[in-house]
Amino acid sequence: MSGLLIENLSMRFDLPNGGHVQALQDVSLDLAAGELLSVLGPSGCGKTTLLNIVAGFLAPTDGQITLNGHAVIGPDAERGMVFQQGALFEWMSVRENVSFGPRMKGQREQEYGQAVDHLLDIVGLQDFKEKAIYELSGGMQQRVALARCLANDPDVILMDKPLGALDALTREKMQSLVLKLWKETGKTIILITHSVEEALLLGERLLVMAPRPGRIHREYRLPFADLGVGQDLREVKKHPEFATRREEILGMIWDMEEEIMGRSEADQ
Amino acid sequence: MEYTASADDGSTDDATITVLVHRLGADDTLPEIDPGEGWAKNDAFAIGAWRSGLMRVDRNDEKGRDVGHQVIAVNGTPIAPGGQVQTEFGRVGMSPKGTLNFEPTKGWQMEPIWLPSPEAVMARLKDIASEGYRGSTLWQHLGFSLFRVVVGFALGALVGIPLGYAMGLSGWFRGWFDPIVEFMRPVPPLALIPLVIIWAGIGEAGKIILLFLAALWIMAIAARAGVSGVNITKVHAAYSLGASKFQIMRYVIVPNSLPEIFTGARVAMGVCWGRWSPPNWWRRKRAQA
Ligand SMILES: Nc1ncnc2c1ncn2[C@@H]1O[C@H](COP(=O)(O)OP(=O)(O)OP(=O)(O)O)[C@@H](O)[C@H]1O
Ligand SMILES: [Mg+2]
Repeated sequence: MSGLLIENLSMRFDLPNGGHVQALQDVSLDLAAGELLSVLGPSGCGKTTLLNIVAGFLAPTDGQITLNGHAVIGPDAERGMVFQQGALFEWMSVRENVSFGPRMKGQREQEYGQAVDHLLDIVGLQDFKEKAIYELSGGMQQRVALARCLANDPDVILMDKPLGALDALTREKMQSLVLKLWKETGKTIILITHSVEEALLLGERLLVMAPRPGRIHREYRLPFADLGVGQDLREVKKHPEFATRREEILGMIWDMEEEIMGRSEADQ
Repeated sequence: MEYTASADDGSTDDATITVLVHRLGADDTLPEIDPGEGWAKNDAFAIGAWRSGLMRVDRNDEKGRDVGHQVIAVNGTPIAPGGQVQTEFGRVGMSPKGTLNFEPTKGWQMEPIWLPSPEAVMARLKDIASEGYRGSTLWQHLGFSLFRVVVGFALGALVGIPLGYAMGLSGWFRGWFDPIVEFMRPVPPLALIPLVIIWAGIGEAGKIILLFLAALWIMAIAARAGVSGVNITKVHAAYSLGASKFQIMRYVIVPNSLPEIFTGARVAMGVCWGRWSPPNWWRRKRAQA
């Protein structure tokens, strides 16, 4: 059985003051191998918590995760992670960063060299491979992070707002790159974003989460990711369904934010 | 200045005192003076700069102490035993027995014993560099100091860095050692001198222990800060790239903490250098003892 199965996941953080936060409540999800799921939701609805549990950095209070038939416990190279920023190793060159995973497995240059150079080519950093991390722009750094993750050949790639710190233009190029890499490698991807457009463009499936307690609010299946492969993303945005979906989801999240505001006002 | 003296017979007379204030060790020949009129004769004294001197003005007077010679005023200001008069050139005091003493105004110049002049320092430096000091050459002295600093610092780093890493990585270690380190850190190493002398004596070991203690806490805190300064996302990233705990230590935590450790080393080196004068001073004390 291949794919990622999340069953009845709950996560409760106990606070030092005796209270607690229900970050996730009864979240279930079935992701087939090679699917790209984007996750949207207001701030604090438990998106990062969900991803950290799947990555194995956090142990859930309840529920379980199965990947390709075996239970997920702790972090592992089969589940790669791309962070928003700050996860590259500044004391290594671009190429050393990208080859980190293979090197940790004890592979030699002859074994990983070609694959790493190929990846650097795909993300367009062949000319920068000996550069230091601080010499790169934000967009280039995220391409290094993507390449580093792919070099390890994980089954699942988890991305927490990977393009969140980039400017609009770089972001659009990176979105095309993500789609391209997804199609070429056939990886299962969970991508968290706070941009409704990005979630619609990239997500073959889209999950809208609601806060307090963090739970799944609504799920969509979308055609745009497939349309976007090999096509200008601006063309995809002109699709009539795109605007409808965007308005619908924006309204949904807007309502949730309103409710949160109302509730915290009532708390005071 | 002038003084007025009285005698048992009730007579009073005035006389002039001339004081030559000379450089220490310089020529102190008294100027020729005219003894003057009356039974109280004029006097001349020589007093070194930054010193004070007695002025037995009655010595040359016709009516001496045997007939009740007593100074009753200086420059017209009355003076009594134990009292003093401020003059333009210095302070005139009177001892309980009635003898005058004079302390010339020191002015703004500092006495060489507190701060020797640059020439004197250079001369002494040349002297010590060529002749040595207390039987060893300057280079031997510097070599010993350097040796102590290097050994003390190296030992401090050798113990401090692993301790700091352990504190940064393990809550158990942090719980036990944090209070100790935080307590010891602000204690000036000089304050430990008496303790170290009691434990280790005044030999080379004691001095090295002192420098070791100076470096130890700084290095431990630097290493701990280096470890806790590691961005947790880097550690997470390394884990999900398949790195083991040991590999994370070797390839993420250690390189990420090196800048902090080098900063700590620089501070510790500075502190150790600053400490080498007390051990030297202490050695001089030993030589005197
Ligand atoms: N380690 C923790 N201890 C206590 N509470 C936590 C912890 N981590 C997360 N939380 C709480 O859990 C909830 C969900 O947090 P999470 O970081 O998953 O939100 P998010 O959806 O990723 O938000 P954002 O879009 O702002 O990144 C929040 O209310 C947060 O305060
Ligand atoms: Mg988050």
